[in-house]
Amino acid sequence: MIEYALRGGRYYWTWVAILAVIIAMGAASYYYQYQNGLTVTGMSKEVSWGLYIGNFTFLVGVAASAVIVVLPAYLYDYKRFKNVTAIGEFLGASAVIMCILFIMVDLGRPDRVLNLVLNPRPNSVMFYDFIVLSVYFLLNIVIAWSVLAAREKSKGYATWLKILIYIAIPWAISIHTVTAFLYGGLVGRAFWNTALMAPRFLAGAFASGPSLLILSLLVIRRFTNFDIGYDAIKKISEIVAFAMITNLFMIGAELFTVFYAANPHHLEYFTYLLFGVQEGGHVYARFVPWIWTSLILGIVAAIMLVIPKVRNTPKYLAIACGIVFISIWMEKGIGLIVPGYIPSQVGTIVEYWPSLPEALISLGVWGIGFLIFTVLAKVAIGVQTEGIVEEEEIEEELEEELEEEEVPVEEEKEYRCELCDAVFKNIDECCEHAEKEHKIAKASCDMACVEAEPAAKQYKCELCDAVFDNVDDCCEHAEKEHKIAKASCDMACVEVEE
Amino acid sequence: MITRRRFLIMAGSALSAVALSASQAERVLAAFSKPAIDQQRVKWGMVIDLRKFNDLPEKKRKRVYEACKEIHNIPVFPDPKDRVEWIWGADFEHVFPEQFHEFLEEQFKWLEVPILCNHCENPPCAKVCPTNATWKRDDGIVTMDYHRCIGCRYCMAACPYGMRSFNWRDPRPFIKKINTTYHTRTKGVVEKCTFCVERLEKGMQPACVEVSEESFIFGDLNALESEVSKILREHFFIRRKPELGTEPKVYYLL
Repeated sequence: MIEYALRGGRYYWTWVAILAVIIAMGAASYYYQYQNGLTVTGMSKEVSWGLYIGNFTFLVGVAASAVIVVLPAYLYDYKRFKNVTAIGEFLGASAVIMCILFIMVDLGRPDRVLNLVLNPRPNSVMFYDFIVLSVYFLLNIVIAWSVLAAREKSKGYATWLKILIYIAIPWAISIHTVTAFLYGGLVGRAFWNTALMAPRFLAGAFASGPSLLILSLLVIRRFTNFDIGYDAIKKISEIVAFAMITNLFMIGAELFTVFYAANPHHLEYFTYLLFGVQEGGHVYARFVPWIWTSLILGIVAAIMLVIPKVRNTPKYLAIACGIVFISIWMEKGIGLIVPGYIPSQVGTIVEYWPSLPEALISLGVWGIGFLIFTVLAKVAIGVQTEGIVEEEEIEEELEEELEEEEVPVEEEKEYRCELCDAVFKNIDECCEHAEKEHKIAKASCDMACVEAEPAAKQYKCELCDAVFDNVDDCCEHAEKEHKIAKASCDMACVEVEE
Repeated sequence: MITRRRFLIMAGSALSAVALSASQAERVLAAFSKPAIDQQRVKWGMVIDLRKFNDLPEKKRKRVYEACKEIHNIPVFPDPKDRVEWIWGADFEHVFPEQFHEFLEEQFKWLEVPILCNHCENPPCAKVCPTNATWKRDDGIVTMDYHRCIGCRYCMAACPYGMRSFNWRDPRPFIKKINTTYHTRTKGVVEKCTFCVERLEKGMQPACVEVSEESFIFGDLNALESEVSKILREHFFIRRKPELGTEPKVYYLL
């Protein structure tokens, strides 16, 4: 299957080349760090974890994207997610690789990393974190690869594969929980020492991971003819919306407890983070703009996502997902790690800011993660579209066709807007509708308009099993017989599957 | 279909995983079970008489910190962020924030408090170490194996007292005069005060105690007749952050 990753168009190879350059810069910086020690970073005796561990923490969250699509697809047999499961799992696996790399670049003696396995201490949370992350990585890779292999041969899943899938679901929850315990279990760091740590991690993870998945799916939709189905994106965006609100709620709960109760041990960290502190005529407030930017972005994204009209417009959804991702990266990344160290355990204030080599190494790790995801996603798309033709080639062909023939062939078919399910006589009408209602430019109208299936689907009322020729009849029936408002008619009416 | 090759690969990896975990099982079980109480006959502890220490001239106070540096091959780096220290002096205000209030006597405000590893009875740093590089000995000393440390700095995050240092860079070029009877460390590992275990083994006092002109008192907390026990029975003392339940074994007399 790997051969799919070796065939690609101009955009694909340009993207790969850009990533290769970023990785090379990261590798060179890492060599420099390896030679000179971690002194080349911004970390100090007082702030001994920084950008690396911040990114690690955030990426454990991103790895959640896998379970968020795996769970509905396999557990509830939720068909609309079937096409994106492999991509979600590969995204999860790439995120876990980045996690492991961020730990590796943070270690003072990476050559001794096997001591984690050779001399483990069972009451260290880090030991468990190492185990859950490694296993989660293996689970994701094995599952996604086998699912694709099965699909390539058009076979069902083997029993062992199904068992692995069921194991992977609680496992994804475990990686966040254990990582949160890594910090929450430290009695000496009041900033982290809260039971809310694990729930906060989960909420943040369920917002940031799926939002990256949505962004990737929108990119894939734009550049390939892989049919994701907008329904899946719609569903994932609802998950992002709820998770983001839960996340903000928990931050609010944390802030209330800290500032109202005003326990000085907790207060000193949050005061530094949110307002900065003054000591000896010097103001220490390096993270104040950082954390406020993150909080404001988070609130903006949450508002965008709860409004259905905004959420269902791909362009705005992409913006909202981007904001969610950045906001949580700032907040659950170094925004969570660094303030835990300021003020220090001996009451002094030493600030932190990443150095250039540290930033380049981090970028390099992100580059490796994106490269792995790109390759894996290419394979997933390749297998699932079978003999895929690159979008640009299609476009070229289409242009040629259009030049040759005046009358486009499409006109006879009916088109459906995926965003609101309205049906149109031809693609032009549909595109016009998409532009007017959903702000989708005509050029990318294929994001919304899909061919309506030729055979009219039958609809069944789930409450009484009556069958109807179209959804409207069914909805009318549901309203009359079962008092279900037309707006929520999908509670009763489902497509009849042949 | 599972081909024979695939089966062999799967079976092989499963077998090696089982073998690896079996060899570790004994050690894992041992780590869960606590040593019997009667093994802990000696329990080392330290009392620092702050008034006596602060009555010393500045030169002699500095000597306490310097002696530790010289004996243990501790480097002095130009950049304070790379600092490696086992014992140093800090303000009373910062070391005992919970004792500090606006009407505190001036004499307390300016006290210099020597701080070092507390050798906690429940050391959070040892609890979190993923590789057993840090552990508490039966005599209560929290010590380290520098060859096992992977440099993850989880112990630095866990220590509530900020008493651990990391070798951000190669320390050897920055050691003023190498003491050939003691080891040096490499870059990338954590280090800490060990109550001078190497000196205790020879029946000597820790280096800082020796040069402290009797303002530091060191001894066995379990022995009723030891000097530390007597002082602790007769005086009121404070410890750093006792509310955390770590049970520090460095006591400060005021």
